[in-house]
Amino acid sequence: MTWTLIRGVVSGCIMFGVPLLYATLGEVIGQRAGMVNLGLEGILLVGASVGFAVTAETGNPFLGVAIAVLAGGVFNMLYAYLAVTRRANQLASGLALMFLGIGLSALIGKAYIGKRIVGLARYQIPGLAQLPWVTKTMFSYDVLVYLSVPVAVLVWWALFRTRWGLSLRTVGESPTAAYAAGRRVDLLRYQAQFLNGCLAGLAGAHLSLALAMAWTEGMTGGRGFIAVALVIFSRWHPLRAIVGAVLFGGAVTLQLQLQAQGTGISPFLLNMIPYVLTLGVLVLWAGSRRSAAPGGLGRVYYGED
Amino acid sequence: MRSALAGAAGGARRVWALAAARYAIILVIALAAYAAVLLVAGKDPIKAYVDIMNITLGTSNGLSEVIVRMIPLLLTAIAVALPSRLGLINVGGEGQLYMGAWLATWGAITFTSLPAGVFIPLLVVLGFVGGGSWAAIAGLLRAKGWVNETISTLLMNYIAPLIVGYFVYGAWRSADSSAYPQSAAFPAAARLPRFGDTRIHLGLLLALVALAAYWFVVYRTEWGLKMRAIGGNPEAARRLGIRVGLTMVVVLFVAGGVAGLAGMAEVSALYGRLRAGFSPGYGFVGFMISWLAGGSPLGMLAMSFLLAVVFSGGSVLQLTQGVPFAAVNVLMAIILFVVLVQPHFWRRRKA
Repeated sequence: MTWTLIRGVVSGCIMFGVPLLYATLGEVIGQRAGMVNLGLEGILLVGASVGFAVTAETGNPFLGVAIAVLAGGVFNMLYAYLAVTRRANQLASGLALMFLGIGLSALIGKAYIGKRIVGLARYQIPGLAQLPWVTKTMFSYDVLVYLSVPVAVLVWWALFRTRWGLSLRTVGESPTAAYAAGRRVDLLRYQAQFLNGCLAGLAGAHLSLALAMAWTEGMTGGRGFIAVALVIFSRWHPLRAIVGAVLFGGAVTLQLQLQAQGTGISPFLLNMIPYVLTLGVLVLWAGSRRSAAPGGLGRVYYGED
Repeated sequence: MRSALAGAAGGARRVWALAAARYAIILVIALAAYAAVLLVAGKDPIKAYVDIMNITLGTSNGLSEVIVRMIPLLLTAIAVALPSRLGLINVGGEGQLYMGAWLATWGAITFTSLPAGVFIPLLVVLGFVGGGSWAAIAGLLRAKGWVNETISTLLMNYIAPLIVGYFVYGAWRSADSSAYPQSAAFPAAARLPRFGDTRIHLGLLLALVALAAYWFVVYRTEWGLKMRAIGGNPEAARRLGIRVGLTMVVVLFVAGGVAGLAGMAEVSALYGRLRAGFSPGYGFVGFMISWLAGGSPLGMLAMSFLLAVVFSGGSVLQLTQGVPFAAVNVLMAIILFVVLVQPHFWRRRKA
């Protein structure tokens, strides 16, 4: 009984945390370049529906993931075009992308509602999976789970240990200073948003191909917005994003475990846990994070012409 | 003096004509782009638009349904426009709408035997307080400098429908609703009156009054000026002795209250019961309307009518062509895109 619970909690934290981690990492990159993208919710839906459709048609979940990543990146170029090239308000541009993502994913996914697919295969961790009290599910995950922490480290390395990352962060702090230092502000912001879109597409694909193994309209349930909140929680740092994602994964797991144990608590109250927890964490974290936000976050950069 | 006045009137007419032309061109571009999407999806766009026009605007019944849809859109748009004067971004109209409906329902099923003359004002107050308190939480978090109101209102949109669900599936579930959980029926005195034999209800009057009040406060009072001062430069406003934090909470309370009226009117006038998930995202569309209109009262009136047609069109296409209802989001997004791209004819002069 206890082991079942622990197993459920561990694998739940990981499985629900991973898509959120990818989305949060993408948004960290984007916000480090000074842009808030509320369209994440829409990109997640596009990634989830495209990934599912491709997998259902070809039977190859890896192809589904690859196309979803690409679709996410390309889709987010619409946001970049509005907010970078047309210098439009970032929040409104993001919400436009959200509306578009909700609508397009409904059209793309319509034919696939109720379809079954063979999702991403799970691989056991050699050694750990042989421990006596561990069953197969506890240390057996799909490849996107194993890649998640390395990707977080990679994002950290790219942002803080490369010239490109330095340029990107300068753009986020002060586009004018970056321009004066010879950086191509718009190009860097496009690059950041492309990566953001790719990672959100990946997150969406993980939702539909590994977690739910199904497509339903609006299946992301606000995860895009939670990811934006977790960026604040992680103080714009890729490695702290891991903590945030695991915490959220834990909240969803707690909710599902309490439901499964039949505690008699209304599922509606349990479903609130992730949102309330995210809000609560932001409140608790409030004092220490102000200085961490990129200086130019959310502001329109009108260029030097 | 005389000629200056005449010139001003002429200028105003020109501004009006320009504004109308802008809306028309945006609509044409958006409809063309959406037609392309429908074509790709294997639907017949011409037939789709003919259906929409015939069913929504071509019949008096269809037209009155458009007006019915317009009520919550206009109210939630005002709920966004008012705080935006302060530089506050309220994306929580959807949640505030649900909480207004929730508190109004509590009143309707608790005080069952009031006369209509007392009941309707009570519901208005409860709807207002329900939505307002919900938004005031976000205002408080922002005033304390804890959580940005954009994030908090977005997240609270997901909590409010769950609160409604909790009550509708729990304590308030009525015995005569076994198939589809809903609250007990509102007493007849707690139903907002309707106009004639249409479904257009008193909410329309509430929305128009709210719009007029918004116009008056923002453009004609010292308060409106103060709000713009805070929005422009909070630090300077603080030094002038304006209590910035308090103003934020109060303004968000009022804004949320207006959105709460939308929820109250929906359940009281249309359903007469509280149901889970009764709003198809009116609050989000209200945000869009306010943004498209730039907070202008007449612009919001026009845009909420337009988006009410789009919304009703979504139901039409679902019935006639099997297009998922969520696909109307594509059309709404395209309209927003066209405005955000700011082609030359749309570029606003700085106010």
